[in-house]
Amino acid sequence: MSSGLYAAETVGKPGLNIGIFLVFVLITLVIVFWVGRSNRTAADYYAAGRAFTGTQNGVAISGDYLSAASFLGIAGAISTVGYDGFLYSIGFLVAWLVALLLVAELLRNTGKFTMGDVLSFRMRQRPVRAAAAVSTLVVSFFYLLAQMAGAGGLISLLLGIEDNKSTFFDGQSLVIAVVGILMVVYVLVGGMKGTTWVQIIKATLLLIGAAVMTVWVLGKFGFNLSDVLAKAVQNSPKSGEKILGPGLQYGKTATSKIDFVSLGLALVLGTAGLPHILMRFYTVPSAKEARRSVVWAIWLIGIFYLFTLVLGYGAAALVGPATILAAPGGANSAAPLLAYQLGGEILLGLVSAIAFATILAVVAGLTITASASFAHDVYASVLKRGNTAPDSEVRVARRTALVVGVVAIIGGILANGQNIAFLVALAFAVAASANLPTLLYSLFWKRFNTTGALYSIYGGLAASVLLIIFSPAVSGSATSMIKSANFHWFPLSNPGLVSIPLSFILGVVGTLVGGREAGAERGYAEMEVRSLTGAGSERAEAVVPH
Amino acid sequence: MSTTEARPPGDSDLFAQVQASPEFVELRRKLRRFIFPMSVAFLVWYLLYVLLAAYEPEFMSIKLSGDLTVGLLIGVLQFVSTFVITTIYVRYANKNLDPAAEQIRERMEGSDR
Repeated sequence: MSSGLYAAETVGKPGLNIGIFLVFVLITLVIVFWVGRSNRTAADYYAAGRAFTGTQNGVAISGDYLSAASFLGIAGAISTVGYDGFLYSIGFLVAWLVALLLVAELLRNTGKFTMGDVLSFRMRQRPVRAAAAVSTLVVSFFYLLAQMAGAGGLISLLLGIEDNKSTFFDGQSLVIAVVGILMVVYVLVGGMKGTTWVQIIKATLLLIGAAVMTVWVLGKFGFNLSDVLAKAVQNSPKSGEKILGPGLQYGKTATSKIDFVSLGLALVLGTAGLPHILMRFYTVPSAKEARRSVVWAIWLIGIFYLFTLVLGYGAAALVGPATILAAPGGANSAAPLLAYQLGGEILLGLVSAIAFATILAVVAGLTITASASFAHDVYASVLKRGNTAPDSEVRVARRTALVVGVVAIIGGILANGQNIAFLVALAFAVAASANLPTLLYSLFWKRFNTTGALYSIYGGLAASVLLIIFSPAVSGSATSMIKSANFHWFPLSNPGLVSIPLSFILGVVGTLVGGREAGAERGYAEMEVRSLTGAGSERAEAVVPH
Repeated sequence: MSTTEARPPGDSDLFAQVQASPEFVELRRKLRRFIFPMSVAFLVWYLLYVLLAAYEPEFMSIKLSGDLTVGLLIGVLQFVSTFVITTIYVRYANKNLDPAAEQIRERMEGSDR
């Protein structure tokens, strides 16, 4: 491997990379404008009129879920630390069984637009909706940070715009700002319908791109995975055979092993608590279609993660971990570098455009979720006590999307340079701690009440966020966000192992403290009957109510 | 009767009646009998994988054929089990859950008209 090839600041031709990306932006903008014309009601804006089929929604869910962390992050992790990176793929996939078996259909039958709808069903509306909105906004914020940070890293590789530490606003910041503005346009113009189509296009491109690269890598080694691995070992002089087994990143000390378990727990329980994923279940007409969407999502996501296994080891074999880590963007640049190695400038340009599209689409999905949660739960129900015209609710949602855009741009500039898969794992830990216990309790536990929900949401949220702040992820180690200070006392970098069980326990404690509420039995009767049978659930817009 | 806001009075009594009906109790039993044990099963199997990866790296690094290791095999088996459970659940739901749910729903919505 000639090291001179990557010594330059950029890989490929910046002009070509930008050109391919612009074509994608142009095509999606036209589509978003086209479908956005028919947006009228709140159900149009938040839930695309509930008119998508299960198959379409399944593809869109894959688009929402396969973020920059999945494509750039996992391929990068496997190429540099080997098997330990594979845990992300497995956790991210197995987690879908929680959504399939326990959450998706029941949620579709009981809610309207947000997680707050489900939780407030048989509890006191205002406090529970406020809590659900707070946790939705926090989780979305963490997730947004990861995506925006990914955009900055990718740019440094492709366009040769270096991260200038001396000024706040440099070339990469400009790119992050452009991503933020584009996503706000998608959301404002297209609503959920436009956003969903962007997800569908992006998921299709991403899957095709990953499939082509996977077959290409395997083809170079006579379709023998073992030969890919052998070459990857040969090309990893530092770690050698260790990349084939676990432990390279997490096996060093007793603490890091516990950290690995904590990460594993957060990954598997986080998905079914991610607000932007939950919201996608409302875009289909029925629970059966919600099930069909999850089944499609599981197959597409599963196949994609099998691709990333080949791509990760393939990047180690064909590019080499030393070259990857030395490149601008570090481990996150493994997939683009592999594309360059395989198909030159053109494939690099295409793959990078897909990676960009990925970031853009996920960010748009997060923005619409955060704005819906604020407008529907906080503005309409908590502040206005339900006395709002649907028009004004949507107007508030659009304004919120603008604010979320600004916050995401500033946060993204600050988080620039962080490891994407790791940041996303933190969002998963917060989602698993703050949202999942309450969702499961309210769907399945008769006695669960408002106090239990508030204890569990706020307790899980506070525990996970505080433990992150005082973890080595934020301060006190060589890979921390703040390297210059050390105020960490919590040993694990992922809080899941502590905060998730704590939130489950707090739900029980709060329920016992709160005692019985008036009308709770009736509320549970209605919720249970509706969740299991779909009676009285929200229908597709096209169906005229009888 | 298509929106939550316009809930006619007395509607929640209907829900309580349905909840107590033998058909509904049977539907709930069928649902829970499947999803709870299955959830426990896949979570235990997943945690077993995580613990093996964390605490038995030597075992996971045993080579089976060429450079393919036990760890890779167990990892890929996690994918296989996820696909299999998904397929089994869809079959079960189509056969045992959907018809019963639809029957109860139709009866309830018929009584509203």
